[in-house]
Amino acid sequence: MLALHGGESMSRLVVKNLTKIFSLGFFSKRRIEAVKNVSFEVKEKEIVSLVGESGSGKTTTAKMILRLLPPTSGEIYFEGKDIWKDIKDRESLVEFRRKVHAVFQDPFASYNPFYPVERTLWQAISLLENKPSNKKEALELIKESLFRVGIDPKDVLGKYPHQISGGQKQRIMIARCWILRPLLIVADEPTSMIDASSRGGIIKLLEELREEQGTSIIFITHDLGLAYYVSDNIFVMKNGEIVERGHPDKVVLEPTHEYTKLLVGSIPKLYRKLEDL
Amino acid sequence: MKEILLKAENVRAYYKLEKVSVKAVDGLSFEILEDEVIGVVGESGCGKTTLSNVIFMNMVKPLTLVDGKIFLRVNGEFVELSSMTRDEVKRKFWGKEITIIPQAAMNALMPTIRMEKYVRHLAESHGIDEEELLEKARRRFEEVGLDPLWIKRYPFELSGGMRQRAVIAIATILNPSLLIADEPTSALDVVNQKVLLKVLMQMKRQGIVKSIIFITHDIATVRQIADRMIIMYAGKIVEFAPVESLLEKPLHPYTQGLFNSVLTPEPEVKKRGITSIPGAPPNLINPPSGCRFHPRCPHAMDVCKEKEPPLTEIEPGRRVACWLYMEERA
Repeated sequence: MLALHGGESMSRLVVKNLTKIFSLGFFSKRRIEAVKNVSFEVKEKEIVSLVGESGSGKTTTAKMILRLLPPTSGEIYFEGKDIWKDIKDRESLVEFRRKVHAVFQDPFASYNPFYPVERTLWQAISLLENKPSNKKEALELIKESLFRVGIDPKDVLGKYPHQISGGQKQRIMIARCWILRPLLIVADEPTSMIDASSRGGIIKLLEELREEQGTSIIFITHDLGLAYYVSDNIFVMKNGEIVERGHPDKVVLEPTHEYTKLLVGSIPKLYRKLEDL
Repeated sequence: MKEILLKAENVRAYYKLEKVSVKAVDGLSFEILEDEVIGVVGESGCGKTTLSNVIFMNMVKPLTLVDGKIFLRVNGEFVELSSMTRDEVKRKFWGKEITIIPQAAMNALMPTIRMEKYVRHLAESHGIDEEELLEKARRRFEEVGLDPLWIKRYPFELSGGMRQRAVIAIATILNPSLLIADEPTSALDVVNQKVLLKVLMQMKRQGIVKSIIFITHDIATVRQIADRMIIMYAGKIVEFAPVESLLEKPLHPYTQGLFNSVLTPEPEVKKRGITSIPGAPPNLINPPSGCRFHPRCPHAMDVCKEKEPPLTEIEPGRRVACWLYMEERA
């Protein structure tokens, strides 16, 4: 068992020496090390970001944390339990699903086009430990959650996914979080497919969730600007490894690793010009 | 004083469908000077790609030029593009005076046709010696950072960023005065984005192209190279100003909202915070009355619902279409 106390506040998630190797080919096996010996920790109420380009292994890491993809080696402890070894029966898996929630990049793919959008919210209610006693109460809970994320229930209830905007879809995914009250949210590029003018709203909603419910959040993103703005801690990934980690101000303003320097140097800034154009 | 290269007067271009018209470009007037980079910024669906089609008269049904004029300076004289047909403009000016890098430039080349074939085709259609143009193409390839021998290769052998540069090399081979780049950086990673910006600026410095219109939704990118910026909203220009003054003090409430939603890794951004604009952009079949931004605007007044604010110069070089800055509001 792992010590739960990491400094002053409790650890919510501990990732230790996580490695994922994909083998390709039938006879001559080619091995791809997607994630190499990655270790990090997420505390209660903490927002961290895994930053990297496509192919850096950040989404593979996220999938292992979400218990969607088994690691080749290494451990993931959530609330002190090894999620790949200590979760054995359906009951504890449902409990894990209740406590760890994913918000994905493509809000369009998260909904079944044949069902009204609130179906995902009804599904969330069926996951609850203390389910509302009747349908009316459940509907009240759904409406309340929609109000929380700034949607008038009238605008979305009974509608199908193609009838609402991408921003609304992403908000409904966050409304799910308000119903389930998860301890950890893994958000994989949650704002990349939404217009810039509504991106701020989504980020604020996730921050509110953290403030009011103490939720920990892992952002998986290629957007260093987003990571710099929201996180308490940044982990920069490259070729499956964490090459730089620390407070956003340190990582962005005084990067030490060559890759981070290149990344920070290439990102266009709003308030200053790149020098060598 | 710089000469005017392209001038648009009250241009309206609608997508004319059976029963309705989508008013994607609705009454735009602006001018592009020689030796200038203009950034056109707006969200998806604001009409910025339609604007690029209008500029080089690429009118393919249902897109129709409803009203307005477009002039291009060719050999010191203004030619009215809007009075010609698409074919005429294509034959006379495309490639030679005006060229475009389309949104999906990296996929613009047929993967199984060697790149030199495009150059040969270009030479044939413009009546230029093929070998001479090929030699020029090889040099141009070198200038955009590609091996000149690669011109004999197939596009599928190159990476996305390289293909895009190959398209730029071929598109600019006849030294057109105006280059339109439509979202050229959006499919590239940040390192390749920077390479692309460098290539564009180098072409302008060398005089291969005189002016560049850079269409994008990414303000931080366009800010790196643009001299002036056009901010579009729902088919209209809401603000048109030099980049530095725009960044220092955006005037239109939409511009302010847009700038405050930009997240770049800079301490200023953390200090400023992030805001979002409530609501969603309007439907361009039936846009709101008066100012098209009024349903989302935090400063909306009565006049905004009734009358459309004209794009007005309120300081030298700064134009904005907002009743907040106009004295006579009646």
